[in-house]
Amino acid sequence: MSVRVYIPRDSGALSMGAESVADAIAAEARRRRLDIEIVRNGSRGLYWLEPMVEVATPSGRVAYGPVAAKDVASLFDSGFLTGGKHKLAVGPTDEIPYLKRQERLTFARVGIIDPLSLDDYVEHGGYRGLERALALSGAQVVEEVTASGLRGRGGAGFPAGIKWKTTLETEAKQKYVVCNADEGDSGTFADRMLMEGDPFVLIEGMTIAGLAVGATRGYIYLRSEYPHALRTLKAAIAAANASNYLGENVRGSGKTFRIDVRVGAGAYICGEETAMLESLEGKRGMVRYKPPVPAIAGLFGAPTVVNNVVTLATIPIVVEKGGSFYKDFGMGRSRGTSPFQLAGNLKYPGLVEKAFGVTLRELVYDFGGGTASGRPVRAVQVGGPLGSYFPEAKLDVAMDYEAIAAEGGILGHGGIVVFDDTVDLARMARYAMEFCALESCGKCTPCRIGSTRGMELIDQIIADRDRAASAALLRELCDTMTNASLCALGGLTPLPVMSALKHFPGDFGLSGEPT
Amino acid sequence: MAAEHEWDRETVRRIATSLKDEPGALMPILRQVQDELGWIPGEAVAMIAGILNLSRAEVHGVSSFYHDFKHHPPGRCVIQVCRAESCQAMGGAVLADHIRKRLGIGFGETTSDRRFTLEPVYCLGNCACSPAIVVDGELMGRATPEHFDQMITNRNGNHR
Ligand SMILES: Cc1cc2nc3c(=O)[nH]c(=O)nc-3n(C[C@H](O)[C@H](O)[C@H](O)COP(=O)(O)O)c2cc1C
Ligand code: SF4
Repeated sequence: MSVRVYIPRDSGALSMGAESVADAIAAEARRRRLDIEIVRNGSRGLYWLEPMVEVATPSGRVAYGPVAAKDVASLFDSGFLTGGKHKLAVGPTDEIPYLKRQERLTFARVGIIDPLSLDDYVEHGGYRGLERALALSGAQVVEEVTASGLRGRGGAGFPAGIKWKTTLETEAKQKYVVCNADEGDSGTFADRMLMEGDPFVLIEGMTIAGLAVGATRGYIYLRSEYPHALRTLKAAIAAANASNYLGENVRGSGKTFRIDVRVGAGAYICGEETAMLESLEGKRGMVRYKPPVPAIAGLFGAPTVVNNVVTLATIPIVVEKGGSFYKDFGMGRSRGTSPFQLAGNLKYPGLVEKAFGVTLRELVYDFGGGTASGRPVRAVQVGGPLGSYFPEAKLDVAMDYEAIAAEGGILGHGGIVVFDDTVDLARMARYAMEFCALESCGKCTPCRIGSTRGMELIDQIIADRDRAASAALLRELCDTMTNASLCALGGLTPLPVMSALKHFPGDFGLSGEPT
Repeated sequence: MAAEHEWDRETVRRIATSLKDEPGALMPILRQVQDELGWIPGEAVAMIAGILNLSRAEVHGVSSFYHDFKHHPPGRCVIQVCRAESCQAMGGAVLADHIRKRLGIGFGETTSDRRFTLEPVYCLGNCACSPAIVVDGELMGRATPEHFDQMITNRNGNHR
């Protein structure tokens, strides 16, 4: 009987050499005339162990990592195909504390199944949400989503059920579901891991959304930096079409739902939903004035549900198990779980799906293991390039939309970037302004001009030219950007800047905080 | 040198005619021209405008908005270096300086022998393996100056 060996095809794993490991394992097995079956799975999200190779043994899967091609012969020598001892052995995968302490709902199958096998997906509980949705009315499905308390995971945290209800109740011949797979926030990779590791769950979520609100077409707007996700999505969509999970008569329901993938072109602002719609229409990615909201007048003027990858991929479990099941996870008004992405200077970077309420400190130390450099943690940026910097002393904050906001931050898409004590926060603040200047769509002045002005002011502060006066001007400028920008690019760039200034004035050559 | 700048009109015509009836066709067309030619020549803009019945200014406006769309032919090997926060936290700036010195060019530039083009990118979604770079479409995680040098040496050996 052949032994099943799992070698991830996740792009993070590939970036660490997974392809040559797969080649080496296949060649070594041939040489030794051993019968193995290689499955190219997604990543479990334990990136310090990638490429992490797993072997299916009678007592469950066991892991080895990080494996390099040169380790392969010795793995065979140690009998890794039967779970043999080796210096790279990390034991039964499910017992690895980093995984065991997680609550994987949305990412339940990622890293476990063959992403391109529809059979594998269904065997592991896939398409039960759609099955239930087909037995309910659109309004009932929307009711479950509302009851779950699920909020958008793309950044703004808007309740998904309310958005869906608006589109459901807007009469139109044509409606759309648009999946936001632009994942532009630095320090985030949850969407990528999900699309590469379990594409069918996203397809199922979009299909449920389409059937619920009465949309027949879906688009996935995918950033161009994700070529592997593109390949996986295309293959999965083709498989779903071939098995009637997509197409003119979804599972014999008589209802139509199609999905197309559109690839972006390297503009961060196209992650903003209205700029994304403009881009899908073949235009410059300029932010639209709201109202009307996309749920009423979105793509080509039609009612459009726009949701993030993780939001949509959470729909199947919400509909299968019911809103109240999902709502039981989390705290306050942040219900369910969120995939937190641990990045930057960490010993154990990776993906941690946990119920809201876990503290930033637990994520950085208990999961992340502190810095990779071994130096003290000095600052943690939460929520992507528009998120605040937290000093070490503030890490006890709970990961919850409201708790983070109370500390002057945003949860964003759940990215966490850790810096050690070599970081210069004045330079990071300047970088935030520079990024805003690079990516501004140019529609409004505070963002377009303000960001460049902000860069100049920070340069002056760093160079000690009128330092105190420049800092005062910078504060005023940030106020204007916060209050007068059309969208969150200009509106939130002040968060990283002002949090750096507030918590790390010394890096700017300033002493203490004036207010 | 002129040969380097030649591009196939037929490719652009084929892409534009095959996609012109897609909703919002301009983006998929520009995307595919960029992917196949490696840049979007000025004359291609005019051709696409003609096929889609748009003004040249409209097509130019769109193609100039997006960072991915290039208006000069790139070198044979495009190197992208992530400059975002997570990579900065892991020595990305030192790596970027090394690469600039080694190639003798700045970001957005192409070496005079047209072998390498250096581009900045802002997040490759590989933040758990920072710092990250892309060489000729291939993503490399936890990249070091030594990795980079080795890669360049291998390429020199291959006469690419
Ligand atoms: C500048 C900017 C960039 C954004 N980038 C993304 C992104 O990359 N991915 C995403 O899902 N949402 C992004 N958003 C949020 C979207 O505008 C929108 O709120 C989201 O797609 C709605 O889906 P959700 O409710 O499921 O989160 C961005 C917003 C702004 C202002
Ligand atoms: S804040 Fe910036 S990105 Fe947003 S609409 Fe205004 S100019 Fe465009």
